[in-house]
Amino acid sequence: MKLKTFSLNTINAASKIDLDIHVLVAGNKCENVCKEVAAIPLVKKVLHSDSSNYENYLAENLTPLVVKLADKYTHIVASANTFGKNFMPRVSAILDTSQVSDVIKVNGPDTFIRPIYAGNAFATVKSNDKKKCVTIRPTSFDPAPTSGGSSPIEKVDAADIPNISKFIRREETKSERPELGTARVVISGGRGMQSGENFKLINAIADKLNAAVGASRAAVDAGYISNDHQVGQTGKVVVPDLYIAVGISGAIQHLAGMKESKIIVAINKDGEAPIFSIADYGLEADLFEALPQFLEELNKLNTIQK
Amino acid sequence: MKILVAVKRVIDYNVQIRVKEDGTGVHTDNVKMSTNPPDDNAVEEAVKLKETGKAKEVIAITVGEEKAQETVRKALAVGADRGIHVKADNYIEPLGVAKILKKVIEKEKPDIVFMGKQAIDDDCNQTGQMLSALLGWSQGTFASKIEIKDKSIQVTREVDEGLETLEINLPAIITCDLRLNEPRYASLPNIMKAKKKPIEQLIAKDLGVDISNRIQQLKVEEPPKRKGGVKVANVAELVSKLKNEVKNIFFEYN
Repeated sequence: MKLKTFSLNTINAASKIDLDIHVLVAGNKCENVCKEVAAIPLVKKVLHSDSSNYENYLAENLTPLVVKLADKYTHIVASANTFGKNFMPRVSAILDTSQVSDVIKVNGPDTFIRPIYAGNAFATVKSNDKKKCVTIRPTSFDPAPTSGGSSPIEKVDAADIPNISKFIRREETKSERPELGTARVVISGGRGMQSGENFKLINAIADKLNAAVGASRAAVDAGYISNDHQVGQTGKVVVPDLYIAVGISGAIQHLAGMKESKIIVAINKDGEAPIFSIADYGLEADLFEALPQFLEELNKLNTIQK
Repeated sequence: MKILVAVKRVIDYNVQIRVKEDGTGVHTDNVKMSTNPPDDNAVEEAVKLKETGKAKEVIAITVGEEKAQETVRKALAVGADRGIHVKADNYIEPLGVAKILKKVIEKEKPDIVFMGKQAIDDDCNQTGQMLSALLGWSQGTFASKIEIKDKSIQVTREVDEGLETLEINLPAIITCDLRLNEPRYASLPNIMKAKKKPIEQLIAKDLGVDISNRIQQLKVEEPPKRKGGVKVANVAELVSKLKNEVKNIFFEYN
């Protein structure tokens, strides 16, 4: 078992609220993860709760534990990915506090900025609840440094579980490529790819640039690629140094997931496609001609990403 | 089996959002409003369960101003049996909405509550989970497939790692992903029929639950604008631009 990167982003975000940070590690035989967390300099204490009930982080099982511990804390912070989104509102409801979701900037202990309307507006909000439940957007915060710390690890008893849900299975897509959420380069395909088979053109460039492969909802829904590649309002939000959108027209919902990228390149044969209005470099071309040419140019360059 | 479906009226997903100059919010006057997209999936799933004989009754509920009734009426037009409109003139946070829904659920006693996984206006992604916790029920969030069993539901969920399958006990809350199904359009005869279906009106502040908002919106502003729109003539030009712009990021040369 290993600590997930989004936890590092979450710890860094928490440090913008207050420097007295305790981290709860709940899981089944997760001592190694506790050691990893204890080495993070920003962490003051690790709370370790071990039980097979926490193995698949079911929201119904995790909630009573977090609620039990919440007494001693002013803020409870989690990542706004499918893990945090699933359990945090439960905790929030039991504590009778209004959750602040998907924070992209911490202005102070009670004031936060969060995107609304698929990122078409930013709201600055102040939480008036005594205890605050906050989820943060991991890509908006750098990961916390991982070595040099040695905080104490404290055992915490597991809490009773309601026994109303059961884990059956998880189908993870294995990939040698970097994780979509944290990759420095992302290349995504849309409906313009026309088939799953044609994603090999994207994959070849991804291999060359050590990029993660993304997709628009249209491409996922058409069955070209699996859902965990989806970038957008209801998919993943990515903030790479370079985002290459291929055959993607640029629906509002897709832009919501990638428009904070440092450099955006768009390749589309429709010169009027909305994606061009936000692209730093737009290439109006047939992707089936442009992608092989692009690969050829890259081959000339000896590209290595570290 | 009895099913409750919660729907929300939001700015239509195709509308370009315009932020008000005074920073108090976004323009909603003369803007097209629709049912929150994944709430359509929630209605569709409930109606399908009725058509296959698994559900006896489907009730659609919304919380909001007078016009929010339109979303309930639309649910009735695609097959819900009756509606409930909880009237509230101001924005209510997800926690307040969850408390209102809990109150109605205690009276109606549904076996499953469906709703969209997220509203596309405030993008909170909270109400279903909060409701589930307040009721002490199980939850299947971001559901892209469900299978009703005797006393449980097998739910396939869209998670960051891929797909996850859970078995959750009834009664349960299901929050729907856009992939759960293909929502149908209401036919004209059904739209006419829906006009005769009853919608019960309740008043949010008379329900005896604390719906006070805890989060103050200090300011709404436009996100920083991207300077886009530069076109390059061909692939060679694109690569040469990228070489200059992002060489420190990922290009290394011999």
